[in-house]
Amino acid sequence: MTIKSLDPRITRAEIPVDNESTWTPLPDMDQHETYEVFHQEKRGDQPTHVGALHAPNPEMALVFAKEQYARRSRCVSIWVVRTQDIHTIGIEDSDVFETTPAKDYREARGYRVGGKLTEFKRRRAASNE
Amino acid sequence: MSNDAALKDLLFRMADDDLIIAHRNSEWTGLGPIMEEDIAFSSIAQDKLGHSLALYTLLETLGEAEPDTTAFTRDEAQFRCCHLVEYPIGGYDFSLMRHFLFDMADMLRFELLESSSYEPLAKLAAKVRGEIKYHVFHAATWVEQLGAKGSEESHARMQSSLNLVYPLALGIFEPSQFEAELAASGIFAGEAALQEKWIAAISPILERSNLRIPAVADPAQAYGGRRGYHTEHLQPMLTEMTEVFRIDPTASW
Repeated sequence: MTIKSLDPRITRAEIPVDNESTWTPLPDMDQHETYEVFHQEKRGDQPTHVGALHAPNPEMALVFAKEQYARRSRCVSIWVVRTQDIHTIGIEDSDVFETTPAKDYREARGYRVGGKLTEFKRRRAASNE
Repeated sequence: MSNDAALKDLLFRMADDDLIIAHRNSEWTGLGPIMEEDIAFSSIAQDKLGHSLALYTLLETLGEAEPDTTAFTRDEAQFRCCHLVEYPIGGYDFSLMRHFLFDMADMLRFELLESSSYEPLAKLAAKVRGEIKYHVFHAATWVEQLGAKGSEESHARMQSSLNLVYPLALGIFEPSQFEAELAASGIFAGEAALQEKWIAAISPILERSNLRIPAVADPAQAYGGRRGYHTEHLQPMLTEMTEVFRIDPTASW
């Protein structure tokens, strides 16, 4: 007795109905390594991380990345990089990103120069006349 | 238009090739070697189906039936596909090698057609260029991977697949009775010209993959498909492919 399926491909494979006794567990799979995929939606955009995939090498990773991550969305360019080659400060150290509240002076937005700049331009224009 | 018969013959060859290879390759869906490849190969099969639809639509404008009727109600003698696309999927090595040899010819054919005097076909050729370029990139990367960068077993299996598939692939270029007419009217440069470009394109890739093209004593052994003479594999496939359609041909999907 073999499996009769609505899917003719399965019927053709002649899989025994009682197939559990013939199963042997696979050895630990030697998986391909993972690659991280970045895509660029349009020319000039920063590449954005969109996910990961398994592949045996960079060429195959590119082949797979195109259909995995660019078949439904706009894309003009794809990067892949071995996950192992990405160095991270992990989430367990996310406290290093916490900042003290009073440090406006270290940030560009801490300086209000808009008004001064406008005044400078006005004066320069006036002196050029 | 006086070249109607010649043009239709060309379009039927191309459309039927695309429809049958699309169906064959889609038989791998869910059974592919790894998930990433399953998605890629299925997606390529869908592209091919899209190309066949576009070509059947051109045939409709030339007076043929609408695409579903053309695709699903003809019997094998009315098909103009080559034998190569009819064969069952075999092992993944066979399917990959067929995909490589077929898609290279497909890409080069559409490249020639970009300057066709039949403008709708020239426009279609430009539109599908990117998709087919990926198909060839996918195929060539796999062939090189398994031929030159894999194991002894993968190399041996790719070589024996090439030995099987190559003689069949020569059937792609079976000359038609309209070669002179198509060339003279600027519709298509012809099968001989295409085959020459194809050999030049596959040779360096196969060489890089450490694979040798087998000698073929008689290329005509794979001919016949373009005149409606097919292998024993086509009709059972058509019967299976049209099973649901035939339950209710008037149903709207």
